[in-house]
Amino acid sequence: MSDIYLDNNATTKVDPAVVEAMLPFFTEQFGNPSSLHNFGNRVGAALKKARQSVQTLLGAEHDSEIIFTSCGTESDSTAILSALKAQPERKEIITTTVEHPAILTLCDQLATEGYTVHKLEVDNRGRLDLDVYKSLLSDNVAIVSVMWANNETGTLFPVLEMAQLADEAGILFHTDAVQIVGKLPIDLKSASIHMLSLSGHKLHAPKGVGVLYLKRGTRFRPLLRGGHQERGRRAGTENSASIVALGKAAELALQHMEHENTVVKALRDKLQAGILASVPNAFVTGDPDNRLPNTLNIAFEYIEGEAILLLLNKAGIAASSGSACTSGSLEPSHVMRAMGIPYTAAHGTVRFSLSRYTTEDEIDRVIVAVPPIVAQLRKLSPYWSDNGPVAEPEKAFAPVYA
Amino acid sequence: MWDYSEKVKEHFYNPKNAGALAEANATGDVGSISCGDALRLTLKVDPPTEIILDAGFQTFGCGSAIASSSALTEMVKGMTLDQALQITNQDIADYLDGLPPEKMHCSVMGREALRAAIADYRGEVLEDDHEEGALVCKCFAIDEVMVRDTVKANNLSSVEDVTNYTKAGGGCSSCHEKIESILTEMMAERGEVFVPAPVKGKQKKVVPVKPKEEPAPAKVAAQAPAAPAAAAPAPGKLTTVQRIRRIEMVLEAIRPNLQRDHGDVELVDVDGKNVYVKLSGACTGCQLASSTLGGIQQRLMEDLGEFVKVVPVSANAPVTIAGM
Ligand SMILES: Cc1ncc(COP(=O)(O)O)c(C=O)c1O
Repeated sequence: MSDIYLDNNATTKVDPAVVEAMLPFFTEQFGNPSSLHNFGNRVGAALKKARQSVQTLLGAEHDSEIIFTSCGTESDSTAILSALKAQPERKEIITTTVEHPAILTLCDQLATEGYTVHKLEVDNRGRLDLDVYKSLLSDNVAIVSVMWANNETGTLFPVLEMAQLADEAGILFHTDAVQIVGKLPIDLKSASIHMLSLSGHKLHAPKGVGVLYLKRGTRFRPLLRGGHQERGRRAGTENSASIVALGKAAELALQHMEHENTVVKALRDKLQAGILASVPNAFVTGDPDNRLPNTLNIAFEYIEGEAILLLLNKAGIAASSGSACTSGSLEPSHVMRAMGIPYTAAHGTVRFSLSRYTTEDEIDRVIVAVPPIVAQLRKLSPYWSDNGPVAEPEKAFAPVYA
Repeated sequence: MWDYSEKVKEHFYNPKNAGALAEANATGDVGSISCGDALRLTLKVDPPTEIILDAGFQTFGCGSAIASSSALTEMVKGMTLDQALQITNQDIADYLDGLPPEKMHCSVMGREALRAAIADYRGEVLEDDHEEGALVCKCFAIDEVMVRDTVKANNLSSVEDVTNYTKAGGGCSSCHEKIESILTEMMAERGEVFVPAPVKGKQKKVVPVKPKEEPAPAKVAAQAPAAPAAAAPAPGKLTTVQRIRRIEMVLEAIRPNLQRDHGDVELVDVDGKNVYVKLSGACTGCQLASSTLGGIQQRLMEDLGEFVKVVPVSANAPVTIAGM
């Protein structure tokens, strides 16, 4: 039996059709797209086509609004730093407590450089309070950066509404859409979003290619200056093979959008119901009614995530965890903490993220494999007695915390 | 995924002595809530001989926490309590053929549980002397609490000092930014300004580094009581590097005044009592130069608490300091 890959929010398999499309650009199509000769011209034409297919996937008005970058992180940094550079008099940033580190780490650094960073908090289901958001919009704000879908829980933020509010207040709005692009339909021409980040490797394109969408007319300052590539907005000779691949992946994502929201979603729901039916003291984190179709995040109380992952891995199942130990830090996931999930559950969260390659047979196998793994670890746990948590777990086991 | 040894995997997949002992007469509960590990160790001790007859564990934690707990119970069986107290966290890690640096705290937790259980058996109160923070240096597994304690106890003021005292930063050097920010914060608390060293090679050229005193071992350094921060430390107390830092700080404080008059001063070298500086801009050759140098010298002597001589070096005619 082959291994089961349920970690598609971390990265995805490159679609074979995408590999096929990109391979010639390592060999015969090696030209520099900026060159005048035929070697370059042919590559230039391929990039144009890729740009148009990303434009279509995003529903952007112009293909010149698509800037290719090296990854989602670069797109995020470019967006925020551009807004600050272009509006030096504005010293505030609005974001959320549950962003990806690509945003949060940068904002924490900017805070040490004198910027004021407002991090919107979330409730226990990972939802924002829009009244708080509205009260922060002012002429001091350089940019609002709010993720569209959370990578850990799949929870969606009301980005369209928030973008409109920012736009009306005359404030730039950026969204980290790395997790949503290719999974849910997007129509940027009718949205007030000024900038949007996506990353190729989350939608079956290779790692190391991303896009920054920049709405026409948005003030912009490049991160990398140099040659005239990407109309001077992102210098550096284009990663043509990966850009072509991303174009192809965007085309395929559009074709599979319906499958993602019917078949994949149904499989995810089956997995959720199957696990919750047979594992006590487990619950879904985030906002189950308002999340990506492929993502399921479950907290297993009284056990620790890394231990679960290691046993799942031994059973041939790949998932991921918000546990501290998997990240090398000591704290459990900042997303779980932001939602106020207790430590005894936050350390035991496991994310299953599906893709269009996930099969029903795989889901059935996972549903069978998970309960004994959880039971095995609970047998070792000081918070657990024979068939349930010990009475008043926090009191029965109150270790001296060193 | 982590680079776990076969021994760690073995103890994780098939833990030994899992579960609480029914006839335990010693229990140690320890944990670290932030890192999500907690351990209950139960021992059955033979009262006349104080030999550990049996041991059991219950662990809430990651793979290496479970493996460390399992290893610990295997190690202590058959030992007397006094022998068991000799076990260090490194012994536990060695028993498992090593742990990744991020996971060393799991072995620490094992040792703490053992101490707690023995204290429980003997009716003693355990003193909690162990605290841990997020890892700063991954090469040598040094955490933030250790770095902060050591900086505080020894009034450290450079990344180099921190490396000498704790080893943190002595490997791949990617944690230097983090160490700098800790220094900046802690020096600000004691009213000083952190002045980063320039590029290493360059620093060597400008500042001749004299042989240093033997750095104190990390453990001792961290636990030594904080020396009261002397306002004007006696000469000789500063290391060469600390002394140069101070000189740089004084010059840094003076520079804005000179710059207002379109001049500048730069440290060139320090050799014993001689402090070589370069004056530039409107300061060079002007009549005020000698009084400027005199002023700098005065400030330096006040701050260092020792006699120094400021010597200007420049392509222009040397300036003699009035009154010297
Ligand atoms: C929400 C989010 N933003 C940004 C990133 C970073 O993307 P990349 O790995 O392409 O830099 C990721 C992927 O890990 C992500 O999930």
